[in-house]
Amino acid sequence: MADNQDELLHEITNREYEHGWSVDLDSETLDPGLTEETVRFISAKKNEPDWLLEWRLKAFRHWQQMTEPHWGLLHYPPILYQSLSYYSAPKKKPELASLDEVDPELLNTFNRLGISLQEQKMLAGVAVDAVIDSVSVKTTFKENLAEKGVIFCSFSEAVQEHPDLVKAYLGSVVPIKDNFFAALNSAVFSDGSFVYIPKGVRCPMELSTYFRINAMNTGQFERTLIIADDDSYVSYLEGCTAPMRDENQLHAAVVELVALNRAHIKYSTVQNWYPGDKNGKGGIYNFVTKRGNCLGENSLISWTQVETGSAITWKYPSVLLKGDGSKGEFFSVAVTANAQQADTGTKMVHLGKNTSSTIISKGISAGNSNNSYRGLVKIAPSATGARNFSQCDSLLLGSTCGAHTFPSIEVDNATGKVEHEATTSKIAEDQIFYLNQRGIPTEKAVALIVNGYCREVLDQLPMEFAVEARKLLEISLEGSVG
Amino acid sequence: MLEIKNLHASIDGKPILKGVNLRINAGEVHAIMGPNGSGKSTLASIIAGNEAYEITQGDILFEGNSLFDLQPHQRAAAGVFLAFQYPVEIPGVSMMNFMKTAINEIRAQNGLQPMEAAAFLKLVREKQALVELDAKLANRSVNQGFSGGEKKRNEVFQMAMLNPTLAVLDETDSGLDIDALRIVAQGVNALRNPNNAFLVITHYQRLLDYIVPDVVHVLANGKIIKTGNKDLALELEAKGYDWILETTQA
Repeated sequence: MADNQDELLHEITNREYEHGWSVDLDSETLDPGLTEETVRFISAKKNEPDWLLEWRLKAFRHWQQMTEPHWGLLHYPPILYQSLSYYSAPKKKPELASLDEVDPELLNTFNRLGISLQEQKMLAGVAVDAVIDSVSVKTTFKENLAEKGVIFCSFSEAVQEHPDLVKAYLGSVVPIKDNFFAALNSAVFSDGSFVYIPKGVRCPMELSTYFRINAMNTGQFERTLIIADDDSYVSYLEGCTAPMRDENQLHAAVVELVALNRAHIKYSTVQNWYPGDKNGKGGIYNFVTKRGNCLGENSLISWTQVETGSAITWKYPSVLLKGDGSKGEFFSVAVTANAQQADTGTKMVHLGKNTSSTIISKGISAGNSNNSYRGLVKIAPSATGARNFSQCDSLLLGSTCGAHTFPSIEVDNATGKVEHEATTSKIAEDQIFYLNQRGIPTEKAVALIVNGYCREVLDQLPMEFAVEARKLLEISLEGSVG
Repeated sequence: MLEIKNLHASIDGKPILKGVNLRINAGEVHAIMGPNGSGKSTLASIIAGNEAYEITQGDILFEGNSLFDLQPHQRAAAGVFLAFQYPVEIPGVSMMNFMKTAINEIRAQNGLQPMEAAAFLKLVREKQALVELDAKLANRSVNQGFSGGEKKRNEVFQMAMLNPTLAVLDETDSGLDIDALRIVAQGVNALRNPNNAFLVITHYQRLLDYIVPDVVHVLANGKIIKTGNKDLALELEAKGYDWILETTQA
């Protein structure tokens, strides 16, 4: 029966190829459109085992039955899914001979962010000189990690090299049916990162600090899976403060974290995708599903995000608190300027006993932007002794922007303790004048006030990331006041 | 150094200053006294560049140039300092970060390189000692959780750090007990030199026991109605503002 079906499928798909599909496995870019054949093509291109192809196809079939969610406070023209191309081999950036050939405005931004010269060259696509060979640096770090048994590789590599781990955990936190964008990602994801930290290992370095350059071209449907085994620790950094442009407007990533007994995962993001022009035209649509599962007892998952980019941000990094005594944390700064729209927040789902969660969210809106916090704190009947503390603050710069808060609290266990604090404020003229009087120009004064406002969140970021993030906030809000 | 010429100013269409004339030379300390609502704080705010007020007439020259051509941060860089009557809290911004930013922004505007970290720390310690400010406050957010007295001492600390040419103290004595008053005055006196000047705004005479002024002005109803030496302050204290209002009207 199954064989017949496969044969039939094969026949049909072959027929479809004749009608304009680029069937050649060596081809670099697929024509626009999304059918089962697209999914098969991607899977074949990546040499994936059958189980993964089946998994993708299942996701695709579910996705076809689903409709795009519109409950977010976001307005954008319809996304034409059949007009997008779903596979494109990573293109090599044109190499430039030296930094002199790079757009001076871009270099100026790099300098102000404090990005090292070596990194600037890599970001801008300049050939790196042989003295500090980035490849050898990376290899050294990889060897270092391998010694500890840490696996850190691309998702495609993990599928080939560590299929058991991938099979065991892929989709275990974000099931393929979870939501429209997660289903889409599951069907067509291009690549991403895979991390496994063995029992009792404290990962000796911040993952991806040194790798973030090569981790950049993973495409629009990124898939990340991080597994921290018993008593392990890992700090993972995603993204980059450097302004990033991408020819793909739609981004729908999925990130899954699994923390086993007493494991601790710290996941930090700085997102600075192209926000579009003053009217939001051409900016990235960022529909991301991020979720962690505190599967083991006394485990801890901590999300920290600084979101300054994208035209549309739809993102709710969440934690399922299954293990008794487990902890979830969410620290967020979301900045919107011009016509940017952000609908972001978190879900903390308490299932285990004595679980606790902390939510600190700082939204900053300027220009004509809209910034929403949307959160859910759920305490299940099984979660005896659960606790949550939420603090959601909004800061408005000017009078044409919007700040919104949509908190939901569901408590089904009488021992649960939930606290929620929220404030909305405007930057006071007298604060700016005070700083002006001490010689600080208005833009710098606003940056200082905003940085102070976000301090609790920024303090959570690893040191070097925090320094860049502070400068990024300053640059993002330039021209928003005065 | 500072020359205020026939200054008229209003807020929300309501005239506050109605022709203030004042000249301060380098090395001098001037005091402005006057009843509540006479326009003392308005004058201080206008010197610093607060845009809430509308200048309807007149000019303020600082070292020969009009202050009205400069934005508030440029006035600070030129050497104008205002010790605020109500210092503002800035949550999450540490005193150290704030002070370092202020010093370096002023230096940058004057074409100087940022101050070296070691030199900055040395300066902080020196000036903290001057106003007996608890070193722990340096790690706190600007003015947050400071007592009333600490806020005022913190203003004098900032003044000492920035070493201005002209310092305007807007009722720095209000709400201070006698010990705090002595410390604030001690800070001001230590900074006095032949090249700078102070404009001390106060409601009460007692601050002037500690900071002895060269010239005392009485501001009432938007105008300087009397100018004298330090004895004027004592006379005012003894006889009250009603006395001066009556004598000048007569």
